[in-house]
Amino acid sequence: MTDVQRTAPVSVVLGAIGSIRGAILPAIAIAFSGIGGSGRFALAIGVGVAAAVIGIAASYISWRRLTYTIGDQDIRVESGVFSRDARSVPFERIQDVSLEAKPLPRLLGLVSVKFETGAGGGDDLALQYLTTADGERLRQLVRERREDEVAASADPAAGGVALSDDGEVLFAMKPGRLVTFGLFEFSLAVFAVLGGGLQYVDNVTDIDVWNVDLWYGWLKEQGSTVATLGTYAQAIGAIAGMLGLIVIGIATGVVRTVLRDWGFTLTRSARGFRRQRGLFTRTDVVMPVHRVQGLVIGTGLLRYRFGWHGLSFVSLAQDAESASHVVAPFAKMDEIAPIADAAGFVLPDAATQWRRASTHHRTDMAVRDAALFVIAAIGTAIFAPFGLFLIPLGLAVLAVAANLYAWEFRRHAVDDGYVYASHGFLSPTQAIATRLKLHSVEIAQGPLARLRGYATVHLGLAGGVFAMHGVPIHDARKLRTQVMETIAATDYSRLDQALSDDQSGFSANFLAT
Amino acid sequence: MDHAPATTPPADVLQHDEGELTKLHRNYAHALRVRATLTAIPFLIGALVLETAFRDQANFPSGIIAGPVLLIALALIIRVPSTRYNARGYQISADRLRVVRGLLFRFDTVVPFGRVQHIDVHQGPLDRFFGIATLTVHTAGNHNASVSLPGLGEPLAREMREDIRAHIRRETL
Repeated sequence: MTDVQRTAPVSVVLGAIGSIRGAILPAIAIAFSGIGGSGRFALAIGVGVAAAVIGIAASYISWRRLTYTIGDQDIRVESGVFSRDARSVPFERIQDVSLEAKPLPRLLGLVSVKFETGAGGGDDLALQYLTTADGERLRQLVRERREDEVAASADPAAGGVALSDDGEVLFAMKPGRLVTFGLFEFSLAVFAVLGGGLQYVDNVTDIDVWNVDLWYGWLKEQGSTVATLGTYAQAIGAIAGMLGLIVIGIATGVVRTVLRDWGFTLTRSARGFRRQRGLFTRTDVVMPVHRVQGLVIGTGLLRYRFGWHGLSFVSLAQDAESASHVVAPFAKMDEIAPIADAAGFVLPDAATQWRRASTHHRTDMAVRDAALFVIAAIGTAIFAPFGLFLIPLGLAVLAVAANLYAWEFRRHAVDDGYVYASHGFLSPTQAIATRLKLHSVEIAQGPLARLRGYATVHLGLAGGVFAMHGVPIHDARKLRTQVMETIAATDYSRLDQALSDDQSGFSANFLAT
Repeated sequence: MDHAPATTPPADVLQHDEGELTKLHRNYAHALRVRATLTAIPFLIGALVLETAFRDQANFPSGIIAGPVLLIALALIIRVPSTRYNARGYQISADRLRVVRGLLFRFDTVVPFGRVQHIDVHQGPLDRFFGIATLTVHTAGNHNASVSLPGLGEPLAREMREDIRAHIRRETL
């Protein structure tokens, strides 16, 4: 055990500078406002000095109260003036130590030392500030401690099968497939773009596009032409309009898909999965295999009927806008299976023993959703013209039907290595996670759920969420026992021994070009 | 101040996760009560101010504002902390920590020591007065990124931290 240590005394100066900086603006505001009349400059200086004194005192006290200890097994930081915070970070959990020097601390030869552990909340340990030499020494020390352990159980090829660096192509989309994909990506985004365009026209020309009278006049002109055509032709016109809308929507979908996914290739190499796609902006993303935490197989209302699915990886890193990485946006299940296999997952098959959600849950959901519409129907029946209440009533019936159908997809399964869950309203979304790579299990119950004997099971998954709704309480308990057996048997640091080696090259991997 | 109940239950109950829950430190209920009182004071003052403001009004029955507020405050101070205290509990075994919480919405969470990233022991000013502490374990999962267990006796919280840390150490050797 080493002695209790403090951060560099000079950091008091930095803290004080921070609070003085904070006090300057109010002081200036007072100086130029009417507060205090003729004595306002004195008042301003007074406020500034008071803030500086308080800032320095606070900064000094918190420096006095913050101590860190480098023990045999962990780093401990104790802090807090009125409250006491004690954090313990075991060496085994420290992935990397980063030193950060902002301009001002750098002038004073100080660094902020950050210990990265990979905690889900991004809530890591940081020491502000140490002298550069101390920071370096600390980093060295942590690395040595880690190397001792890694050396004991080192296996450089932790990634699995050794493969050539070129890699094999797992999945690729040809232009024909892209167009099929695009057909299902119906989008009316083009109208938003058109709206923007109109706004532009409005700004640069004299035509006032938001002038209702202008459009009304135009419509009346067109309308009178339409009116002369008779009912039959009017109906044809309406249908043609709808078809036009659909064609525009589909065309937009195809164009967007082609732009985004042109030349989509997923390859498996020694470094992991590599995905390249894009027509104008080409992106190239590498995902190490051991970083894949789970799979999500999604689909759509229509494409599901034609057997098309999309596969995404759940991983700790963020992809463009969503949390998971799309690795096969549009594929048949027999194309998805090899990719899942390469990532070390097994898809559910006929042998998978699915457990359904509680029927109580189904009933409650249907009643809850229908009740909203029924209340609306009662409201309309009282206040609106007769007959209108049939609309919310019809919606209530639809809500019940949708919930009954959704129950068909709401199921879960557990086997030796994996947890499966499926949910969705009109088409199923499946999630698969390795039992070993889960971090916690929670059984959550609302008042109704407790009364009716079902629960929501939340599994702690790094980089994503994994929840099963409406699980009968007995199943939930059993599931937790099973999963916990697996998790508790293996320590986190054994999960991906290669994690620490990869950490440094990690951010570089995800640089999209 | 009375002391915490038995620190750890016997080992054989612990292997499955449905065992008897260990109660929190008795002082936790007191701390909750003090906290509720502190929260209630501004509302009571506000109610009294309104009372005095409307007192001169004709047919204004005195106590129509302050009465209900006082009743609610009393319920929150006397009743709720003890129910909340009774609803909470934990179970610690050789390799996992189970935390149960919630009155209406129940949450029953199990965190294996093997997945703990780091451990916090926090004491607010009130906690220090009552000699209790909050133990927080952090995991890498997005759900339950940090699981808190408030109302442990301060020595017990530190002892539990040592246990969990020792477990992490043992596992990685």
